[in-house]
This record gives sequence, C-alpha cells and structure tokens, in this order.
Amino acid sequence: MPTEEITDLDIDRTRGDFRYDVKHEFDAGTGLTHDTIDYIVNVKGEPDWIRDWRHKALDIFLSKPMPTHWASKDLENIVFKDIRYYLSGGQKASRSWEDVPEDMKRTFERLGIPEQERKFLAGVEAQFDSEAVYSNIKKAVGEQGVIFMGSTDGLKEHPEIFRKWFGKVIPTGDNKFSALNSAVFSGGSFIYVPPGVKVKHPLQAYFRINAENFGQFERTLIIADEGSEVMYMEGCTAPKFETATLHSAVVELVAMKGAKIQYVTVQNWSANVFNLVTKRAIAHEEAEVKWIDCNIGSRLTMKYPGVVLKGRKARGEVISIALANDGQHQDTGAKMIHAADETTSNIVSKSISIGKGRSTYRGLVHVPKHLKGCKNNTECDALLINSTARTDTYPAITVRGTGNACQHEASVSQISAEQIFYMQQRGLTEAQAMSLSVNGFVNDLVRQFPMEYSVELKRLIDLEMEGSVG
Amino acid sequence: MSTALLEEDMTETPAAPARLLSAGPAAPGQEAAWEQFTKIPWPTRTDERWRFANVKDLDMGAYALPSPIDEATREDLLARSRGVETSAGRMVFANDQLLSREVYSEKLNQLGVVWLPLEQALHEHPDLVQQYFMREEAILGGQKFAALHASQVRTGMLLYVPRGVEIDLPIEAFHWLHGDNSSCFPHTLIIAEERAKVTVVDYYESADANAPGLACAVNDLWLGAGANVTYVCAQNWSRKALAFQINATVVGRDAQARTLFAQLGTHHLRSESVSHLRGPGGRSDMLALTVADDAQEIDARTFQIHEAPNTASDLLYKNSLDDSARTIFSGLIRVDSGAHQTDAYQKVRNLLLSDEAEANSAPGLEIEANDVRCTHGATSGQIEQEELFYLMSRGISKRAAQKLIVHGFLQEVVERLDQPAIGAKLAQMVQAKFARHT
Repeated sequence: MPTEEITDLDIDRTRGDFRYDVKHEFDAGTGLTHDTIDYIVNVKGEPDWIRDWRHKALDIFLSKPMPTHWASKDLENIVFKDIRYYLSGGQKASRSWEDVPEDMKRTFERLGIPEQERKFLAGVEAQFDSEAVYSNIKKAVGEQGVIFMGSTDGLKEHPEIFRKWFGKVIPTGDNKFSALNSAVFSGGSFIYVPPGVKVKHPLQAYFRINAENFGQFERTLIIADEGSEVMYMEGCTAPKFETATLHSAVVELVAMKGAKIQYVTVQNWSANVFNLVTKRAIAHEEAEVKWIDCNIGSRLTMKYPGVVLKGRKARGEVISIALANDGQHQDTGAKMIHAADETTSNIVSKSISIGKGRSTYRGLVHVPKHLKGCKNNTECDALLINSTARTDTYPAITVRGTGNACQHEASVSQISAEQIFYMQQRGLTEAQAMSLSVNGFVNDLVRQFPMEYSVELKRLIDLEMEGSVG
Repeated sequence: MSTALLEEDMTETPAAPARLLSAGPAAPGQEAAWEQFTKIPWPTRTDERWRFANVKDLDMGAYALPSPIDEATREDLLARSRGVETSAGRMVFANDQLLSREVYSEKLNQLGVVWLPLEQALHEHPDLVQQYFMREEAILGGQKFAALHASQVRTGMLLYVPRGVEIDLPIEAFHWLHGDNSSCFPHTLIIAEERAKVTVVDYYESADANAPGLACAVNDLWLGAGANVTYVCAQNWSRKALAFQINATVVGRDAQARTLFAQLGTHHLRSESVSHLRGPGGRSDMLALTVADDAQEIDARTFQIHEAPNTASDLLYKNSLDDSARTIFSGLIRVDSGAHQTDAYQKVRNLLLSDEAEANSAPGLEIEANDVRCTHGATSGQIEQEELFYLMSRGISKRAAQKLIVHGFLQEVVERLDQPAIGAKLAQMVQAKFARHT
C-alpha cells in the first residue's frame, strides 16, 4: 500500500472521453474469418501452435450459439462483421516512457498513467487498442524474478510457463466470448511470481480503446507460485463513439499452494462498450484469490469472476460494486466452485441503479458431494435511486452432503427519505445528501479497494449521481 | 406425438385401459387443450425454468387413463379418507370419479354458496366456471402439463363463497390414485367474493403407497376485495408416482391468501405456485414443507408478482433431505413498475441429513420500483452436532433425536398456518413418513 496521499486521480469518465487520430500501421480490417487470424499471427510473429490454437478457437466461436437464458436481448445488437479485430502501430512495447509514440503518450498522460507509476506502482503496462505500448517493471521487483510483460511477449519468451496454464483455467469452449477471445486475443498481461516472492506494490495495467468499431480482446494470465503474493490492478476507458465497441477479455489466474492473488478492476468504459469478460481463478491448497471488481461504465457488462477452489483450505472471494445509470445494464456476479474439503468462499455484491439503469446479480455456488467443511457466504444488496431504475438478483446454489454450509442473503432498498431530510436539515443540498447516502451504502466495500482507487471510486459515484435527483 | 408412436403404444398393451399419451382429450371441448399439450415440446434442462431438474423423469409413456373404481375399493377408500376432526364438508374422489360428497356444516347450504364437483358446476353454473377456470396461464415452465390437465380433467371441486360469508370449519377434498400406472387430474377452484372467508384442504393419496402412477393437479384461488382464503395441499402420492401441481393465487384489494404445500410423496414432483398481488393492500403467505428421502426429487418453482402498490408477500419453504433426495427451489419476486410500498420476503431453508442429498436453491428478485422492501435468503446446512449431542445425552437415540430436530425445523412452517387442527394432521402425516422410513 502506498503511504503518501494521492490527491489528484486522473481517471474519471469525463477525462477518458477524448481521443486522438492515430494512424495504425496494422489493421486487420472489419469482420472475422480465418484470414483475419492468419493476418494477426503473421503481424505478431507468433509460433505455429498459437496459429492452430486460434483457428480452432474460431471454429468453436462460429459453432457456438449466443448465450440464451442468461443473456440480455441487447447482445443481439453486436454486429460481429462490423468489428475491427486487430489494430496496432507495429511498435514493440517501450521500456521507457520517452520512447512511447507522442500521440499515445498524450493519451496516457491525460489519463495519468506515468504519474501514478512514479508514485506507487511496482510495474505498469499500458495497452492501446490491440497492443501494449508501454510496459515497465521496477528494477527491484524484476530482480526478484517476477515476470511482468504483455501476453504476446510472454508466450514467446516464456513458453515453458505460459503454455502450462494458458487456456487451462478457462478452456476455449467455455462460452462463445471466451472462444472469440481465444481466436483473436492480443495484448493483456502475463505475470509470473516465483515461489515465496511477495510483490509489495501493485502491478497495474491500463486498457484503452481509441478506435471506433474496435474490439479489444486482451488476454491476461497470472501465475503466483507457491507461497507468493501479488496484487494486480486494471483500469479501462474508451472515448464515446457513435457506434458500439466490443471488449471481450479472458483473464486466468493460478494461485499455487499458499499463494495469494488480489485482482482489482475499475471498469469505466464509455456507455457504448459491450463489456463481455470471462474471469476465473484456480486456487490450490491454502491459496487465496480475491477479485475486487467495480463496474461503472459500459453499455452492457456481463462478467462473473469465478474461483475454482481446487485445493484443501483454499479461499475465494468476490467483492463487487456496480453502478448502472441510464442506458446501462451491469450484469455481474460471481461463481464459486468448491472442489476440495474445507474450502471457503465469500461473495459480497452491492449495486446501485440510477435513472433507467439496470443492475443484475447472478451467482453460482456449487458444493458437490462428499466434501467436508465447505462454507459459502453470499450477500447482495441493491439500491434503487429512482422509480424507473431496475434491479434483479438470480443466485443459484447447489449443496450436497451434511458437512457444508451455505447462506445467501439479498435485499433491495432505497435511500430513506428521513436520512435525506436529516442531512438537508444540516445544510446539505439534496444532491449532496444523496451522494453521501450512496457512498455510505458502498463504503464498507470501497474500503477494501486500494486507497487510490477508493478515492477515485467515491469521486466517480459523485459524478454519476449528478443530476439524478429530482 | 407421432402416429407411429401411437400405434406402437396401442399394440403393446391391447388389454389395458388406453395409454394416456394416445388417449386424446377426455371430452369434446377439451380438444384444443389436447392439441396444445401435444404441440408444446417436452421440457429440456437448458430451459432456465427447468434448470437443475431431471427432465427424463417426466416420461409418461407408461401411464394409462384412470380406471373405474369398484364398490369394495370405494368403501375402502372412503374409510381411509380421514382428515381433521371436524370439517364443514368432505368430497372424496378416486381416479377422477366422485365417490362421495358430504355436508357437515349448514354453512355450506347457505344461500349462494356453491360447493360442487366440477362437472356438476359446469352444468349448473357455467358462467362461474367459464369466468375462472384456468384463466391464469402457467408461466413457470409447466404450460405443457397445464394443457395436459385441461385436456384430461374430469372432475374436481368448485367452491364459490359469496360476499361476506365466512365458513369457519375447513372444507376437505380427498383425491385417490388407484391401480398400477393409473393417472388422475385433480382440480380445485376456489372463488371467494368480497370479505368471504374459507379454508380448504386437499389431500392427495395413493391407494397403494408403492404403485407407479401419474397425477397432474391444478388449483386456482381467486380472492375478491378483503377476502381471506387459506388453502392447504397435503401431497402424499405413492413413492413411485410422478406428479405435477400448478397453482395460481390471485389476490384482490386488501385480501389475504395463505397457501401451504406439504410435500411427502412421489418419486418426482414438479410444483409451481404463483401469487398475483393484483389489488392494493393484498397479502399472500406462501408456505411449503418438504420431507424428501430415498431418491425423491421435489422441484418447486414459485413466483411472487407484485402488480399493485402496497402489497405484501411472504414466502417460507423448508426442505429436509435424507438419503439421495434432491430438492430444487427456484423462486422469483417481481415488483412491477409502479408497485410501490411493496413488502416482499422469500426464504428457503434446506436441512441436509445425508451425504448424498442435494439441495438446489435459486432465489431471485426482479425489481422495477424503488420504494420497496424486498429481501430473500437461502440457507443450506445440517443438524448441529451440539443439538444432537444434547438430546442423546438425555437418552434419546440418534435416529429419534434427528427426527425430533427435523420435526421442529418443519414445525415453524405449520405454525405459520395458525390452524392447530390442520397443523396436527400435517404433523401426523410427517410422523407417518418418518416411521415408514426406518
């Protein structure tokens, strides 16, 4: 955790809403065929096993129907043939900020990336459309043997680690969008933390979509070896375009025996981005995986981070905050698959629906037979700000046997009129009172975020609340 | 059904009563329902409304139409149709034939009360039947089976309670399933007008507790303004039966509905219960208790629909699971936009008594109004070792202690009924099931 206080945080909706015209040296054009895949593989200079992998994934993608009973009708509005699947400037990720092309540098400087890095991060990676433009890891951390690079570099430079886990946590055919990602993935982070190494500061990646009609398909793989610890944070933004943009990532985490991984996401895509992400972790014996997930932006988000609790005493946790404003649907949740004795999981989800926004919680908790001492706790609370807002909760819990305990609780409420009245009495405007109330509602979760993110979150919530009263 | 299958069915068992799947509608006028039944595809597990369910259990190929009841059987079943100590009246059906209709309370002869077998009601009060018979569509996945019921229903109970009439004692109906692979289609239709008050208990029983059979029941409750209806369904079909229950409760302004489903029998049960809170101030209490053992699968789906403001619903489902039993609870609360001041609650509790038992819970919320109070909770757990130890240290055997604890667990549901006589009868049925299990 950083000790110095950070007063200015440069990631919020309005600051993300700008773009520069960037000439892309490589552009796979619109639409997706087997030729697109050959194009990507050739540009990236990837080995043949990846080429085969991608072609196979495309076949699976094409053969799979769109998700049916979990899906929102809005998914039908994605026009796969109009999307651009690969765009890059052709440069290698720079180690030094000075080497980053000027136009991209301007983008990230406006978002405050290098500034943040100097302050507290152990490493940073910035992805612009399809490729990482900047990737740096602090020397001390690198010397401990920690690998932090783009996934493309990872698969080329460390195939012995990469191949062992790549696609193992989330198989290509897991769902239509994981197949799509497997076919056209580019960018994302690859992290390996050697046994016993505790990375003191967080590693961060920053994802930026700058081009219209573009699909960003980053692929992240994090492996924390025995007894190691790492925290990873990602932020996402895109400018507002007339047409829809697709972001479909796959994130795989592997926590070996006794390892700890924390994965923090603050997603603030602009309101025309379809954000369809598959995130899953495997936790081995006594390992801990914690997803801290905050969804504020996008048009439709469908994201259910999961943990497969594979080893004895493994622990999984999902902390989730969703904010749905007009025209937004935050369809988020969590999956906990208990596969060993004495595994525990905890899900806490809070959502806020404003205006005509809709937030949905979907959960899956599975405790199969013959396990002992498994525990799950799920809490989801929803707050509705206006009478037009909407919220849904759809958990599914399967428990077998006598050795386990699961509990699920959910509630829906609104801000109490008395609270608002009380604060107005003390001289706050109605809007301020509302903001304070909403911040209070999510406060116990926000505190679990790294400090700089929690400050940012509070500001984002204030921004979103503007004009929602009355 | 394809014609090839029909022919095959016919040639296989020429002597037995007609197979259900090739029988066609029970009477003219039911053709449309039969056609609907044959048209709607069989459920698949990928349908969210059938998630978790073993849909292959739903095969109906073996079942035949209900066969006639002889005099000796009639006497035997009438003697076995024992409900609460004092009731207002009793109807007994077996294989969809009326065996007896007895009026014990003068209230049932009061002006305006209609208490008739369905076929007679259709003849004497066609307008009533037309207005209310299966008017609410089955929306929880069971349309096919609602259509089957509509195409096969031959009798049942119609109860119409006019304005302001209160019937204190419960009215009872027994539905017996008799013979191997027989089928029956019990129907209960209750219409309570303004400020009317009534309690009805349905008992579903099999003459032979181990005979395979099919039961497909529909019960609809209509509550006018300020009406108060309590409906209890004590389901104790044979351990080899396949059964469906489709319930719709429509609650008018300031009315109060209370339903309780006790699930003891069947090999596979599908129960669907929907409460429509249609008038402001209405309230629906939805209760259920399940005692599942062996390889029983009890699949319960519920829906609390708040269509009007100021309405309340409170659901409590409790399941105890032994052996390799499976239970499914999938419930949804929906608050329509504009249904402000809704107070909705939903709670399911599973008590697992064996390592092979499996409890699936999917409690859901869909909220489109903001001035509401909605909560749901689902828990799955087992008997606390301390509780067991305490009882055993008092000299009670482990098995008996377990039963006591389960009994106490289920008792909460029965108490919510606030009708001691019916509660005692239900407790007795639960005990009987425990006794059989050892």
